[in-house]
Amino acid sequence: MTERFEVPARLKTTSIALIAIGLIALVIGGITLLGGNEFDKTRFWVVLLQDAIFFTLITTVSVFVQAAASLAQGSWIVAYRRVPEAIGANVWLFGLIMLVVSFIIVFVFKIDGHNPIYEWVYPKGDKILEGKSAFLNPGMFAAFSIITIGLWSFFGLKFRAMSLAQEKAPKGSTKIYWNVVRLSGAFLLVYALSQMSTTPWFWIMSTQPHWYSTMFSWYTFASAFVSGMALILLWVVYLKNQGNLELVNKEHLHDLGKFMFAFSIFWTYLWFDQYMLIWYSNQPEETVYFKLRQQGPYSIIFYGAFIINFCMPILILMSRPSKRNYFTLTFMAMVIIFGHWLDFYQMLMPGPLGSNWHINFYEIGIFMGFVGLLIFAVSRTLSKASLVPHNNILLKEAVIHLS
Amino acid sequence: MAIKKFAVACYDDEEVLFPAIKKVRRSGYKLHDVYTPFPVHGLDHALGLKETDLHIAGFIFGLCGTSTALGFISWIFTSDWPLNFGGKPHFSLPAWIPITFELTVLFAAVGMVLTFCYLNQIMPGVKKHVFHPRQTDDYFVVAIELTQHASEEEVVTFLKSTGAKETSVQVAEEGWWYGRWDKQEPYELLNA
Repeated sequence: MTERFEVPARLKTTSIALIAIGLIALVIGGITLLGGNEFDKTRFWVVLLQDAIFFTLITTVSVFVQAAASLAQGSWIVAYRRVPEAIGANVWLFGLIMLVVSFIIVFVFKIDGHNPIYEWVYPKGDKILEGKSAFLNPGMFAAFSIITIGLWSFFGLKFRAMSLAQEKAPKGSTKIYWNVVRLSGAFLLVYALSQMSTTPWFWIMSTQPHWYSTMFSWYTFASAFVSGMALILLWVVYLKNQGNLELVNKEHLHDLGKFMFAFSIFWTYLWFDQYMLIWYSNQPEETVYFKLRQQGPYSIIFYGAFIINFCMPILILMSRPSKRNYFTLTFMAMVIIFGHWLDFYQMLMPGPLGSNWHINFYEIGIFMGFVGLLIFAVSRTLSKASLVPHNNILLKEAVIHLS
Repeated sequence: MAIKKFAVACYDDEEVLFPAIKKVRRSGYKLHDVYTPFPVHGLDHALGLKETDLHIAGFIFGLCGTSTALGFISWIFTSDWPLNFGGKPHFSLPAWIPITFELTVLFAAVGMVLTFCYLNQIMPGVKKHVFHPRQTDDYFVVAIELTQHASEEEVVTFLKSTGAKETSVQVAEEGWWYGRWDKQEPYELLNA
């Protein structure tokens, strides 16, 4: 049992191998797809965009979880607080990739005078898009993206730095604790105005700019939140298996399991809400979204994501023993992350690609590359400080926590 | 349903209560029950109580609610009294989901409340012995059943040694009975 985590050679090799697979997929994809037809070129960029968005959003969830727990003075998270801190401190990395990819798509990518991914970049001749161009234009996109990612990265790094500073602060000092509470309130405001409203509009919903849904950002948030919790759980279980995190026991895992279970149901609630309102009012400009997904070429992903993200968690995670079992939790966490990756896939692809979608070496390879990058970056951050948040005033409460 | 003799100890602090319960369980005396003015976190672990099966009952009640709702609505709208709502098909599942959800929750909630009352033997008119009136106020009350192996003085001395504020020996009905609060019960005559 050690308080410090040293990155095992095996984990490091695995992560580097995964990054290498991602790079190879990127190169092969670049050669074959960028030289292909319009849909191939679009596919090259939109897959990168999907993974960049997905990983930016699920890493930011860690910042949100810390902020929400600090503001509510929740102690349950403190026993493994270093994990969300380390994930949150790497938001800048995925955010940077997201900025690069999306800016290339918005400002550089162009086929025959139009942009197949973000149609609104060239709104000439389309009355609806011209009407929306006061909000949906490259300048606004760039400004909102930079502000959002900048703030998320700042808070992610700041929470980590403050938590490390608490370790060196005089014993029992509450000054930093209350500063974190104040900053958490500020972050929740930022998060509510970005993740829960504007960001998904710009990044995801605007791939089908004629369609809109007021539920969309919540729906995206639910999807990201449940996979973010699954990500934290995977790291906690991994560190526990390595012999670290001896303060964490089944009670804490049970809590994380409850979050995965409850927010899978929450995701389904929003999924169905969005669907039912559109189904009920039956207006052509709204139903076009589900026409493609439910009855069109994406129906297998649409229903598949529903089964993976709702039926599996509700049946497998409902009972108490399964939320306290390492195997079921780990298995379900991986299933949930994959399921919500599919969910993001079906949010993004139908607009730009239509029926020309594929999931083969390129999609899987890029996903593996991002996973490798995540493992590499987070394990590196984790190894830099003690895994036990010493001197945190809630530490004792966290240790005797009963779920 | 039997009238038994109990040794009763009252504690005024959780921090005294938990070690006391530990000692009682280790001593081998027959612990009848513990009464607290509010739910005490971790007390069920300290008492070594079995995990409740209430949630399984809840799941079954919920399934009953789901099937009742879906069965009833689909019977009405497809065969008994089909109506045309905005050109939607008669069997239109999405529109029924909210009602199905509500009925699932209603059945699960009401069913679990009733099951809870049954398991804890509480109902209007059902009366149980109160070991100390302050058990609903600020006292944590531990009742130990006196058997032939444990003498009165021995248990009371033991309870005092664990930090009890008040101790007493009472003869009481251990289960429940129908009755009224203003009527004297047989065991109270015995106590007097």
